[in-house]
Amino acid sequence: MKTLIALVLCLLALPVSAVVEYHPFTDPAKEQAYQTLISELRCLVCQNQTIADSNADLAKDLRQQVYDMLQQGKTQQDVVDFMTQRYGDFVMYRPAFGMKTGLLWLGPIAFLLIGIVTVVLLARHKKNTAAQTALDGRQKTKLNELLQQGEED
Amino acid sequence: MLKLKYLMPLLLFVVLAVFLAIGLRLNPKDIPSPLIDKPAPAFSLPILETPEKILSQQDLKGRVWLLNVWASWCVSCRQEHPLLLELAKRKLVTIVGLNYKDEAQAATQWLQQLGNPYDMSIMDSDGRVGIDYGVYGVPETFVVDKRGVIRYKHTGPVEPGDIERIFLPLLQTLNLEPA
Repeated sequence: MKTLIALVLCLLALPVSAVVEYHPFTDPAKEQAYQTLISELRCLVCQNQTIADSNADLAKDLRQQVYDMLQQGKTQQDVVDFMTQRYGDFVMYRPAFGMKTGLLWLGPIAFLLIGIVTVVLLARHKKNTAAQTALDGRQKTKLNELLQQGEED
Repeated sequence: MLKLKYLMPLLLFVVLAVFLAIGLRLNPKDIPSPLIDKPAPAFSLPILETPEKILSQQDLKGRVWLLNVWASWCVSCRQEHPLLLELAKRKLVTIVGLNYKDEAQAATQWLQQLGNPYDMSIMDSDGRVGIDYGVYGVPETFVVDKRGVIRYKHTGPVEPGDIERIFLPLLQTLNLEPA
């Protein structure tokens, strides 16, 4: 039983150890905003990690910055603006739709459309060639004649 | 028509190869700074040599200046250091060092050992000013014009040849601009 309790406690401890420092919140809405923000901001030192995941010194500083801004009563959007003004759209894992990020957002849809159009065109082409290679009435009778001749011989 | 059909995979391959080749040559650390052509973010920080005095970006109005982010713990700062010393000798520009998340004693020692290219260094002990300048990898170098607008950002160490190729032409143009 003791082992079981110990195991359960260990399991509970896992998510806590992910972030080293502890930022206490009194307002659960702010804590939610904090968690959302740090899991959507990119750490610029190790670029494939969010600042929630990264152990880099800069990530720690940015978490502190997010925390301080929220405690000062700034909104989630304020923090996003603050970060993009300094680090550019790259700092957001999901950047706002705009002139520079348009290609990023629309690119996959464009490729999907190109794919669909290609498939449709290929399918049509195949149908046409299939119709063309089919034998017409005269050719069919000729073929039957030849086959019959062959059997008679 | 038939020939084109067979050439398509080759064409697709060439297009893909060109894009991948460009992608390989890009530096993923080189993120365009949104601060270019924007006013240099405000700061007022104690000067390393005389901590009782404060330097702010206002004090540098009317001058072309360089903000070089450095730290005694930063390995690649050593690499670019001789180049900064060389640039300082030319007396073309005021060089301000932003001593990023460092300790005063270690920083002073570093400058004594390797030489001091900076007209002054300011201490950003907690890295807040670094965040305002979007610093994510030391060393970084900003070029600010006489009106206090950031005109260029160099991420990572200044390499041999960069001074002649990038900095000197830019500084010469900026020095000619009216204040």
